[in-house]
Amino acid sequence: MAAVSMRLPVARKPARPSASRSGEKHLVAPGDTITTDTGYMRGHGTYVEEEKLIASVAGAVERVNKLVCVKALKTRYNGEVGDIVVGRITEVQQKRWKVETNSRLDSVLLLSSMNLPGGELRRRSAEDELAMRDYLQEGDLISAEVQSVFSDGAVSLHTRSLKYGKLGQGVLVQVSPSLVKRQKTHFHDLPCGASVILGNNGFIWIYPTPEQREEEAGGFTTNLEPVPLSDREVISRLRNCIVALVTEKLMLFDTSILYCYEASLPHQIKDILKPEVMEEIVLETRQRLLDLEG
Amino acid sequence: MATVVLSEAEKVYIVHGVQEDLRLDGRGCEDYRCAEVETDVVSNTSGSARVKLGHTDILVGVKAEMGTPKLEKPDEGYLEFFVDCSANATPEFEGRGGEELGSEIANTLCRVFSSESTVDLKSLCINPREHCWVLYVDVLLLECGGNLFDAISVAVKAALFNTRIPKVRVLEDQEGSKEIELSDDPYDCIRLSVDNVPCIVTLNKIGYRHVVDATLQEEACSLASLLISVTSKGALTSMKKMGKGSLDPESIFEMMETGKRVGKSLHTALQKILDEEESLGTSRQKVGFLG
Repeated sequence: MAAVSMRLPVARKPARPSASRSGEKHLVAPGDTITTDTGYMRGHGTYVEEEKLIASVAGAVERVNKLVCVKALKTRYNGEVGDIVVGRITEVQQKRWKVETNSRLDSVLLLSSMNLPGGELRRRSAEDELAMRDYLQEGDLISAEVQSVFSDGAVSLHTRSLKYGKLGQGVLVQVSPSLVKRQKTHFHDLPCGASVILGNNGFIWIYPTPEQREEEAGGFTTNLEPVPLSDREVISRLRNCIVALVTEKLMLFDTSILYCYEASLPHQIKDILKPEVMEEIVLETRQRLLDLEG
Repeated sequence: MATVVLSEAEKVYIVHGVQEDLRLDGRGCEDYRCAEVETDVVSNTSGSARVKLGHTDILVGVKAEMGTPKLEKPDEGYLEFFVDCSANATPEFEGRGGEELGSEIANTLCRVFSSESTVDLKSLCINPREHCWVLYVDVLLLECGGNLFDAISVAVKAALFNTRIPKVRVLEDQEGSKEIELSDDPYDCIRLSVDNVPCIVTLNKIGYRHVVDATLQEEACSLASLLISVTSKGALTSMKKMGKGSLDPESIFEMMETGKRVGKSLHTALQKILDEEESLGTSRQKVGFLG
């Protein structure tokens, strides 16, 4: 009953020009001149040399009035205040945790920015400092919001709301941060039966929808009971759909993930990762998204 | 081995999933990830192969060189294995970090191929006690995505299938000194028979069940694993237990049976792909690394 499928590699086809592109994107590589006009302000990803504006990263040029910046496709996460991120604890230090969020520097979660169990508000004492490891250990996953950005680019997180905190059972998918679309909310309860957190830093967390919503302990007690098989199938299917969308470089947001899930229903879960099935599913998703727009 | 750090809840989720035969990506316990195999990727080797199994990327090159036979086996050639864990795969392999893993893999390959029937070494002999072909098999780890041993053994088998050893003629002078003449025609060569070359199947024990082709996350949840090498007919040539956990004899027996079953399907799929690639001949479009 073992299934082993091997295939010969197929050369990547050059991307077809997409019909929905509103305007031609100006793509640049590091070192390319963007413009020789000196009237523009330089934004992220650019620098000025010999009166020419030159790109320092590979990506698409974005112009907002007089500001020119280059947005890279594959990049580390650059924190901005108010972003939702999913991170993994790497170190437990004196009054803070170091969190890995796929950025250039480890992010910081101060003990004072963390919710205490039960939602109580009080000054953090020495006992709290000693009990830090009881709250969050190395390897734990958390969902948090960016409170501020230090001058060197490091991000300071906070979990000062009951919807943030330690994450329980589920699946983590790591994608490039530029593929996560900015939306009003990043916590979605998909109608297919699972919930998803689309972290701005590219960490996508898929988990079974929790039954009760009223009592939230700030997310410190992890539920380690076995997840039912039906929920597992939905989660695995969502995970494979997200991997398919990322391979075909489609933006990730709740509608695209949902359409991809529905397009994948005729196939078996493990078949979604086959290249030809992936192409077919993403093509259908792209079509439905275009119909939605137009 | 490259490791990922997981939270307790994630590990519990994976273990419970394996109990119900549904892994994170929807596979069953005995399913392999989609593999891509291509041979003849490196032009200055006698044979080469590249295997991509999920996120694991392996490149194997075989070079045939003339050497002297070993003293205890004067009428046979031999194989030498060398494994290089490139720093490309994970930052842990930087500098000398990958040496330990590399020598472990090379020793395992030596053991797997130590059996007499795996490769016909007598065909590699040119002059008994004087000259023989030595096959240097170099394995390069480009990316580490779990299940290294299986991918490496599949790549080694594909590379040996692709190896072309030039035909030599031994000429004797009147004085009795022997001269070796290499044939001028580049297509005049001997091929090795890989019918008995074994493939390694790694079975990782997770919870109460075992899985084949574990990803890095699943390897982090498994405390013990069994490595068995199986030939295409289902015969076991070697077995090795890895990991710091323990295995009880009943589960070892079950894992062996699973390994033999899975090994046979692995060989069938690989042979089918190699034959398909061979039949395409020169019209095959080489993809290589920039495809």
